Amino acid sequence: MITYPFKYRRAKSVADAETLLKGSPDAKLLAGGQTLIAAMKMRLASPSDLIDISNLKELSYIRTSADAIVIGAATTHFEVATSTEVTKRIPALAYLASIIGDPAVRHKGTLGGSVANNDPAADYPAAVLGLNATVKTNRRSIAADEFFTGMFSTALSDGEIITEVSFPIPKKASYKKFPNPASRYAMAGVFVAQMNAGVRVAVTGAGPCVFRVPAMEAALTKSFSADAIEGIAVDVNGLNSDIHGSAEYRAHLVGVMARRAVAEAA
Amino acid sequence: MTVNGKAVSAEAEDRTLLVYFLREQLRLTGTHIGCDTSQCGACVVHVDGRAVKSCSMFAVQAEGAQVTTIEGLAKDGKLHPVQEAFRDNHGLQCGFCTPGMIMTAVDMIRRKPNLDRETIRHELEGNICRCTGYHNIVSSIEDAAKRMSGATR
Repeated sequence: MITYPFKYRRAKSVADAETLLKGSPDAKLLAGGQTLIAAMKMRLASPSDLIDISNLKELSYIRTSADAIVIGAATTHFEVATSTEVTKRIPALAYLASIIGDPAVRHKGTLGGSVANNDPAADYPAAVLGLNATVKTNRRSIAADEFFTGMFSTALSDGEIITEVSFPIPKKASYKKFPNPASRYAMAGVFVAQMNAGVRVAVTGAGPCVFRVPAMEAALTKSFSADAIEGIAVDVNGLNSDIHGSAEYRAHLVGVMARRAVAEAA
Repeated sequence: MTVNGKAVSAEAEDRTLLVYFLREQLRLTGTHIGCDTSQCGACVVHVDGRAVKSCSMFAVQAEGAQVTTIEGLAKDGKLHPVQEAFRDNHGLQCGFCTPGMIMTAVDMIRRKPNLDRETIRHELEGNICRCTGYHNIVSSIEDAAKRMSGATR
């Protein structure tokens, strides 16, 4: 398959990428390309220019502080999954990165790319929302609760580039995904995190966009156990319904994945 | 870019995928195009030491990179241990997926020298074979990992 023609430019820095983006309104940033290039081959996307930021060293790092792990936007899923720091301090995040796509995809795909794309069934948005992370861009910081605004849409504006995501260290966290048996994308994935301010539950794959489940959060904040959320159903309205599963089925999966996540949280 | 240890240079359109560049411009046809949608893994090559799907990156992205294809594994007329193991364990039937399987296996063994069968199956998530049922592919990789750890000890 061949994409529409476009102009390839390799950015020398984030500032350079910004300038290149300004110069061509139909340009797109290229990070790992594991979603964008597939979409371009299907001719679902036809950017005039691709501005490659995947090789920028200034966007590829994992830094730790007392209360957070800060990951550069161009850090690959493989790098997060195999980071000893991430594995030690937020094992659920390393685990989540280790089950995205397949090994070859994880060698290319990046945190920033996944978060900016906000695919309804992507894994990372669940961790960003579940851990109450902060998305930093070349212009500002955006709280997770404000970042994901709908299917494939985010709070990012034109010319805005994600530079890093800061994940607060939870007391305990876990991610459980029920993958579609063919595509391996999440039919329902639930990230549960016990934070200092209370428990957060973020769901991906089940709806058009990652979302939280306040009823489960309240119950788990009172008592962090799988039994505490037994019987708490998520609203079927608005959940995805397709050949892979009905909205009712997905709602049921969310409950099962949430209880498993709580039971295994570490 | 450097392909299988040799510096190569060729003109390509920006939109040329790495797999087409390798196959059609460099005539390295061992790397296969299966699904062309990054599902099947027949096109796996190594770029700067990591297994990637060459249908899911542009050739121009690999400018200046070290690329290894299935043609680059054998040394001095001697098959790579993973190739040997696939032959000895009957790890292929039609052979179409085999180059991708082997490139994935070499990368897998480099990252995880102590492989068990379950890990091998999990690591093969991005490689599809329609003939073998995977059993002998898993055996081949298990055998190759053992041979290679013996050789480096």
